[in-house]
Amino acid sequence: MIKLVDYGVGNIQAFMTLFKRMGLDAQRAQAPQELEGATHLVLPGVGHFDHAMQRLNESGMRSMLEEMVMGKRVPVIGVCVGMQMLAVGSDEGSLPGLNWVPGRVRAFSGNALSANLPMPHMGWNNLQPTGGAKLLAEGLDEDPQFYFLHSYFFDAQDKSDVAATAHYGFDFDAVVSRGHIHGVQCHPEKSHHWGAQLLKNFAEL
Amino acid sequence: MLRPRIIPCLLVHQGGLVKTQGFKEPKYVGDPINAVKIFNEKESDELIVLDIDATVLGREPDFGLIAKLAAECRMPLCYGGGVKTADQAARIVDMGLEKVAVSAAAIANPSMLSGMAAAVGRQSVVAVLDVRKKTGLFAKGYEVYTHNGKTLHKADPVSLAKQLQDAGAGEIVINSIDRDGFMQGYDLDLASQFRDVLKVPVTIMGGAGSMEHVGQLVSKLGVVGAAAGSLFVFKGKYHAVLINYPTPAQKIQLCRDALKI
Repeated sequence: MIKLVDYGVGNIQAFMTLFKRMGLDAQRAQAPQELEGATHLVLPGVGHFDHAMQRLNESGMRSMLEEMVMGKRVPVIGVCVGMQMLAVGSDEGSLPGLNWVPGRVRAFSGNALSANLPMPHMGWNNLQPTGGAKLLAEGLDEDPQFYFLHSYFFDAQDKSDVAATAHYGFDFDAVVSRGHIHGVQCHPEKSHHWGAQLLKNFAEL
Repeated sequence: MLRPRIIPCLLVHQGGLVKTQGFKEPKYVGDPINAVKIFNEKESDELIVLDIDATVLGREPDFGLIAKLAAECRMPLCYGGGVKTADQAARIVDMGLEKVAVSAAAIANPSMLSGMAAAVGRQSVVAVLDVRKKTGLFAKGYEVYTHNGKTLHKADPVSLAKQLQDAGAGEIVINSIDRDGFMQGYDLDLASQFRDVLKVPVTIMGGAGSMEHVGQLVSKLGVVGAAAGSLFVFKGKYHAVLINYPTPAQKIQLCRDALKI
């Protein structure tokens, strides 16, 4: 059973709709006990980094989540700000992140190559897979297009964690996979057949 | 690389889907939910749904309709119509939409956008400007309207767009009232005034009648949003109602031709 971590931030409904359509069992979890029995975890997130971290901290689910991910090694995928929360911290805020994947979240505006581009990075861009990450292994070999909507990006410390980059002024880390922990900056839940394929790959991990 | 966004814009009036000309004569073209289903199948880049009754009737957003749209829509969705407060925007985003559009409320009080941006994030805040060419013998330039083109605002569209951006909008939609529904092409003179002044993405709407028109816009402005109503709901010279959208191959070709890549 896939569990969607519903801490009050992010588009849970879009995931529910898509998983249902794909014939995959998914449930939202709003309390620690509702996380029990998860075979896979989805951590969505939108908006401000600190707001998302604060809401997760206040949800009461954080320690259970850490036990499941770090202790029981349940596969997890962070989406958009949910991916950014995997980092140690973000230039957007001051709260610490989950620190599950070494790296920091940085602003596009802080990079000369993207400083003059319209912000947020909004629209359809292609993922450039960097290796054989299982998340992208099936059905995504032909110029996969994904929907992006963000002004900050995950800068992985260990570049061997990077499963795909995308280009906006420069190549930034758009997908990370570190063991069973995954993060995608784009929105697979709104990326048509490419997004459904990515989530299917995740559900089969 | 980032592609231009090709965006169907659906107008909702008395519960049905309509298409206007010059913001007038709404013609019934179908059912909004059915249209969303078709655009899902066609893998549309995004979708904008505007309730053109809410603001003029002083109603709040139709949350029942929004819930139905959210349940069906598998692409990024922007809803506009009657949104006045940050709480309403947060409720809409929580229902599963990516963006919330505001026009009249933001133009009356640009600072409301900062509250909205704080609630849902700037990336989900869209400000829409309905713009009409000034008329009269010596008139030059453009004017901004709200309430379906009925209420004039004494503001220069470009400065107002910048003000709304600075107040918290993460995207600006420029909608030409003059071109709306005529399918004769975008107002490129109008459109080109915004791209260099604004730091946020810009979406241009009003006038597209063919993919060539979309290509012209992208050639002139680069990677922008190209929104259209009639283009995606009418087909052929008799304007039969038929929902349509370019194929992935047509979109790639358009990018290549218009952006010379």
